[in-house]
Amino acid sequence: MLRATWKSLLGRKVRLVMSTFAIVLGVAFVCGSLMFSDTLERSFTSLFSATVGDVVVRPEIGTSFGAADGSSRTVPASLVDELAALPEASRADGNVSAPGVFVIGDDGKVVGGQGAPGLLQGFNDAPAAGGAEGLHVVEGRAPSGFTEVALDEKTAERAGYGIGDAVRLVSPVAEGELTPTLVGLVALGGDASLNGATLTVVDMATAQQVFLRGEDAYTDVWVRAADGVSQEELRDAVAPLLPDGVEAVTGDDAADESASLLLEAISFLTTFLLIFAGIALVVGGFLIVNTFSMLVAQRSRELALLRALGASRRQVVRSVQLEAFVVGLLGSVLGLGLGVLLAIGIRAVFARVGLDLGSQPLVLEPRTVVAAFAVGIVVTMVAAWGPARRTTRIAPVEALRDDVALPETTIRRRMLLGAALVVGGAGALVAGLVADVPRAGWWVGLGVLAVLLGVAAASPVIGRPVLVAAHAAYRRLFGTVGNLAGLNALRNPRRTAATASALMIGLTLATTMAILGDSAKASVDRTIEQTFPGDFVVSNQVGEGFSTGIGDAMGEVEGVASVVRVRYGLAETGDRPRRLGGVDPSTFRALDVGTVSGDVGDLVDGTAVVDEDYADDEGIGVGDDLVVATVAGERRLPVVAVVEPGSVLPSIATTTATLLDAGYRDLDNTLVVEAVADPPGGLDGLQDRLEQAAGDNPLVTVKDQAEYAAEQRAPIDRLVLVVFALLGLALVIAVLGIVNTLALSVVERTREVGLLRAVGLGRGQLRWMITLEAVVIAALGAVLGLVLGTTFGLALMRTLREEGLEVISVPTGQLAGFAAAALVVGVLAAALPARRAARLDVLSAVSTE
Amino acid sequence: MTDDPGAAVLAAASVRDLVKTYGAGQARVRALDGVSLDLGQGEFTAVMGPSGSGKSTLMHCCAGLDTADSGSVRIGDTELSRLKDKELTRLRRDRIGFVFQSFNLVPTLTAEENIRLPLSIAGRRAEPGVFESVVETVGLGPRLSHRPSELSGGQQQRVAVARALVSRPDIVFADEPTGNLDSRSGAEVLTLLRRSVDEIGQTVVMVTHDPVAAAYTDRVVFLADGRVVDELRRPDRDQVLAVMTRMTDAVLPDGTP
Repeated sequence: MLRATWKSLLGRKVRLVMSTFAIVLGVAFVCGSLMFSDTLERSFTSLFSATVGDVVVRPEIGTSFGAADGSSRTVPASLVDELAALPEASRADGNVSAPGVFVIGDDGKVVGGQGAPGLLQGFNDAPAAGGAEGLHVVEGRAPSGFTEVALDEKTAERAGYGIGDAVRLVSPVAEGELTPTLVGLVALGGDASLNGATLTVVDMATAQQVFLRGEDAYTDVWVRAADGVSQEELRDAVAPLLPDGVEAVTGDDAADESASLLLEAISFLTTFLLIFAGIALVVGGFLIVNTFSMLVAQRSRELALLRALGASRRQVVRSVQLEAFVVGLLGSVLGLGLGVLLAIGIRAVFARVGLDLGSQPLVLEPRTVVAAFAVGIVVTMVAAWGPARRTTRIAPVEALRDDVALPETTIRRRMLLGAALVVGGAGALVAGLVADVPRAGWWVGLGVLAVLLGVAAASPVIGRPVLVAAHAAYRRLFGTVGNLAGLNALRNPRRTAATASALMIGLTLATTMAILGDSAKASVDRTIEQTFPGDFVVSNQVGEGFSTGIGDAMGEVEGVASVVRVRYGLAETGDRPRRLGGVDPSTFRALDVGTVSGDVGDLVDGTAVVDEDYADDEGIGVGDDLVVATVAGERRLPVVAVVEPGSVLPSIATTTATLLDAGYRDLDNTLVVEAVADPPGGLDGLQDRLEQAAGDNPLVTVKDQAEYAAEQRAPIDRLVLVVFALLGLALVIAVLGIVNTLALSVVERTREVGLLRAVGLGRGQLRWMITLEAVVIAALGAVLGLVLGTTFGLALMRTLREEGLEVISVPTGQLAGFAAAALVVGVLAAALPARRAARLDVLSAVSTE
Repeated sequence: MTDDPGAAVLAAASVRDLVKTYGAGQARVRALDGVSLDLGQGEFTAVMGPSGSGKSTLMHCCAGLDTADSGSVRIGDTELSRLKDKELTRLRRDRIGFVFQSFNLVPTLTAEENIRLPLSIAGRRAEPGVFESVVETVGLGPRLSHRPSELSGGQQQRVAVARALVSRPDIVFADEPTGNLDSRSGAEVLTLLRRSVDEIGQTVVMVTHDPVAAAYTDRVVFLADGRVVDELRRPDRDQVLAVMTRMTDAVLPDGTP
């Protein structure tokens, strides 16, 4: 029996490869995602353990996530000597670091793009935790004075700078570029990768001068433990020396804190990738179910013969299950291999957007290997379970009959199962979207999955009208060949529908995503259109702060009526990080924000303005206190006005002075420029002058309304593109499914093909017939996918309406593009089977048994 | 059409020195070993012979389904050996009709669609009245909208005959058309073929090993070991049986009963 199974496997190599390939793709996605996230985690863990001392003494931060945007608070320099004098400490070193310092490469672009952090550090040779090497020079020498700088090796390489070159830097504290000379290349201890961030190093005095306004202080202090003193002991010994507002944490805690913050911030990536792995597996599962159904159907005569020869039911079922097991095993091994390649690919993609893990070797945890085999084998065996069980109903006597029709579950039962799944799924979907259930995301995800599976199960029935319509259209348009193709698709609606299901799932998700993305962009456009203040907005896309000098300079530009400065600090309300806006109360009215209640004229230091959405969500109104955790601790800000949501001001805002007092840096984030009635040179001329005033700082751009809207839409476009790229994988599986089904159909219908050829069907006509058949399958998948996707998209948008996404927009052009792509998929998928059919020798085809 | 066996009959197809071998070396088999034959227009010809005599191969070569190693096959004045696949396909479609032993019909098409298949593939319509008269001859009127699975074996073969006739081909090839049928259904199909010869002058060539079937024809050609060994005009069942017995005796070693 074992041997018979093995022979049957080898005898169908092509089929084996095809069904295996579906598993391979799914497993590869699971492994790739896991490997990438493990690598990410390892990389950040090693980075952060290289960037802490045994004990880190730092200003107390009022928010739970630290001073993400950088705070203006410091530790006095005098503390360093006191700490070093402790018997438990062997040395103490003060550090100065500042975010927002970027290197401009020789191509004039910001190194790392707009996304990777740009860090500046004052140079010292402080050892990292455990006495490990800290920041050190690998080439050249350490910088000294205002005119010298060192860069990490990777950044220098990416920017194209060598020692002796003038380095172009932009920083938030200077209006224009700085061009110090590169004198050395540095690295972090343990060769930790900076993961795409750029590191700029100047001497300590310069760092203090420029970033701390000459204050003799540090942003934090590393204390190195004496021999035999643990981090905890050192921390406790340090504590009594610390002034108010300064805290000590162990290096391990500090590293964990930073790492977990970052990993949490990017954990959605891993989840995201795993979701797509799940989609790939579900879609691949369809392909496997289909393949095994067809295999069993074709082999039923052979299996009946085995039964007639005395094989038991169980043996027959086992032989099919064994076949599934081998396919699953093979798929898992290949998938694991492909997963490694995929992880390398994902890493390369992320390197392009600033997260460069280049020097971190891929991490292959045993868990990943276990997951690969578990997923691959389990999915295959589950998918083959139904077809395998069906073999038990083959009676031995059927070996003697001419054609064996395999008993299949009735369409009715499938319809009922499908309906139950759709209803249950829709219920879960509604619960997740509307009702207040815990883990709403799971409800939505499982609901969508259940609806998809339900529709797939019921698709032989609900897809029938599409198939009938396609047949009628074909008959009219393409005559006999069209008639034959249409009839072939209708011949086994279950098979046609199952094949189309893979495409349906991919297209459903793509359509949903397209609608969400388009609606989000339309909402952005509308908000900006309604609330765009002034004539120009000056800002950068990543929201990085810039020098107040730029605003000063713009105020002087000819043709400018007013400049309103808006700044943001990252604060916390109700345990959620939120941007706290700051604006000069005297200029508030120039922002053109409509008042809902209260009076914006009442905005003074220590008070706040909130927008309507926030007020509704939090049940807060004029006269209530807004409690925010800021860098410098908790603040209670009485609300003086509720305003309409705007495009420049965050949901909650206070005065500039209040933000400064709360420990945030003195930097502007957005400027709103209003022009005089008729500026010289028109608005274009004014824009040129404003750009000049911005001092060629590539981080600061001057935008009119359209440009601002485009900039705000860009991240949505990027996200949608990434999703489409991932859904492309589902498309590949769908193509494979169609190829598989058609190839098997051609084999099954060899005699019919021979007959048609004998009575005069040309090779071209035959190819055309098979192509048309593939297009029907693709069209069915496209129709179901577009309908379902539109339904999901509209349902999601309706519930998101309350979240501020008010415009529902259906990108019909894009959806038409999907439909066209689906048809192309059909044509492509038909190529191979059609070729094979056309090559059949007429005579031997007619006389096949 | 003349019934006079002595008259020179125009050849609908002619075969000259046809040679076809299968396999190589020791296993080499000469399926056709220099066959020459004229198939008369408006004649019903049966090709007979024991298994392996080359009768099917001969028919496949004549019908453009198979190619010979050497020699020539002409349908009318078209030399088949010079035709490319596309031209052969067109020849089969427009000038030849087929009836196979089984699996003659496309299962998804109705009887009527099956009958019209060669015409509709060519994008042609039946000549006025031809479809109707063929259907009437075949006697399938009420069953035209049925699919093959709803027809009996005999009915299916009659549909196949109708399909072969409807495009008014130069020649109809039938490969054991009654091989899978009971004798009554078989007789119906043979009568149908006979009538098409008598009433519309259709040329029909049929491969068979059934002497009863052969008795419906105008002429029986006997093949053995790839050669034409005998021929009968206006055969009856007993004549055919006699020739066959003689042929069997000839190949059997002496002393065998």
